[in-house]
Amino acid sequence: MSSKRNFVALKSIMYKEIHRFIRIWVQTLVPPAITISLYFVIFGSLIGARIGEMGGFDYMSFIVPGLIMMSVITNSYSNVASSFFSAKWQRNVEEMLVAPVPNWVIVAGYVGGGMARGILVGLIVTLVSLFFVEIQIHNIWVIIITVSLTSATFALGGLINAIFAGSFDDISIIPTFVLTPLTYLGGVFYSISLLPDFWQGVSQINPIVYMVNAFRYGFLGISDVSLTVSFGVLFVFIVSLFAIAMTLITKGIGLRS
Amino acid sequence: MLKALEISALKKVYKGGFEALKGIDLTVNEGDFFALLGPNGAGKSTTIGVITSLVNKTSGQVKVFGHDLDTELEAAKSYIGLVPQEFNFNQFESLTTILVNQAGYYGVERSLAHKRAEKYLKQLDLWEKRHAAARMLSGGMKRRLMIARALMHEPKMLILDEPTAGVDIELRRSMWDFLRELNQQGITIILTTHYLEEAEMLCRNIAIIDSGLIVENTTMKALLSKLDVETFVLDHAETSVSPSLDGFSYRILDEHSLEIDVKKSQNINQVFTQLTDQKIDVKSMRNKSNRLEELFVTLVSNGLGNNNEKSSDKPEAGAN
Repeated sequence: MSSKRNFVALKSIMYKEIHRFIRIWVQTLVPPAITISLYFVIFGSLIGARIGEMGGFDYMSFIVPGLIMMSVITNSYSNVASSFFSAKWQRNVEEMLVAPVPNWVIVAGYVGGGMARGILVGLIVTLVSLFFVEIQIHNIWVIIITVSLTSATFALGGLINAIFAGSFDDISIIPTFVLTPLTYLGGVFYSISLLPDFWQGVSQINPIVYMVNAFRYGFLGISDVSLTVSFGVLFVFIVSLFAIAMTLITKGIGLRS
Repeated sequence: MLKALEISALKKVYKGGFEALKGIDLTVNEGDFFALLGPNGAGKSTTIGVITSLVNKTSGQVKVFGHDLDTELEAAKSYIGLVPQEFNFNQFESLTTILVNQAGYYGVERSLAHKRAEKYLKQLDLWEKRHAAARMLSGGMKRRLMIARALMHEPKMLILDEPTAGVDIELRRSMWDFLRELNQQGITIILTTHYLEEAEMLCRNIAIIDSGLIVENTTMKALLSKLDVETFVLDHAETSVSPSLDGFSYRILDEHSLEIDVKKSQNINQVFTQLTDQKIDVKSMRNKSNRLEELFVTLVSNGLGNNNEKSSDKPEAGAN
């Protein structure tokens, strides 16, 4: 009885979340397609032709996985951060808090919604990239696992950000000052093997390096880091962030008086 | 009789040391229509917050239909429907979406939830607005939407925190009828309100909370019987003589009206007799203020904020 109720509650939260970002598709689904088209035109067609090959592939093919992953990361994070913070701000999060919904269902529901947007945007960006480059697939399972784990990781990050946030400014600080630099320095546009040794070492503490490289391996079969290490990093991040999110919601931080 | 709500020694101290609840005890029987009254900041909303798990208690015990919030939280929550004081739905969602999602959180499948949404939207006269975004509704409609939302999982206990605040009198009366009907169907109702007439008209039992303590917990009937003096306003025809009443405290308000204090031991017939003798025709008569309001003001202004002042009357059985 309780598991059926939890399943229906999980479906309801996910339905609400997916319905939300589809209802505002002009704000959520169109901008990534436009942004990514500009990246392809500028970095791929205009500058990329002068760069030549990277990792044995033409520059455009090299950056495609990273650009898709960048969209997945940004959208998974911002979906949960803005949706959960709005629910807090409008106080409609209380609809869930007064209901017999276990905390793990709330976390799973929001993360599921964030993953759905991240993966849908990833698909849209992939479709857009087909206009610019021929995409090859080396290992579809690596692609599926990496995109799922990465979107879950950043959806959890967005949830934690929203729990602590006290204003709309607070949900834009992390994406602007942390996520964007880490993504740009995470090997989206270059192979970290091109960096001096010191900066290669520094790059290895950037978790996005592992996600981008695992994803690139799925498409091109090349990676700057071991696939096992990449999956291990993703696993550790998901478990840690889930534990943090659960603790915060259970304690009612920012939610209960 | 099954207890819908049992609160014992409930305390809440907020960060900063403010003691909102100082150890309250309260019992509401199944099927009751119960009023929880108190001035602003007395602890009503904190009490409701703890019952609905929106506020973490400091100590004490709360049971909902026998289920302890500490050990059987989800079971306890499933019995409660909450109509909060503030609008707390997603302003951008449609009415149907809000209701169906809410039902889902309680495990109600979407197909059944859609049927219930139709039922309650029709009953509360919101059906025409079912596709509208909630922000487009008037204040009264938003209040009714929150009632519909609270009913979607068919709770056994409905808690309404100021449900008719800002609602016009006609709509308020139709909401009263609706709440009475729910109560007759067996739903236990706990109501907080600033309209004391509302509490007097609807509720059988009452608790008054002041400064974090229950200062009165009794039946509405027993409470009203404590009222020693009632004040009436009499409108009379124009007269050349100034009205005079022996044995009554009275005030002449203007040349057409008179305010009279009538003690419980006195007979109001004596007022009419004396006025008739003076050839003064009474055109109409009304209470100066609501009876419960007079008592409420006395109870909370006397600062009966200690347990020794608690009434010994037991609340009466809730069922009609």
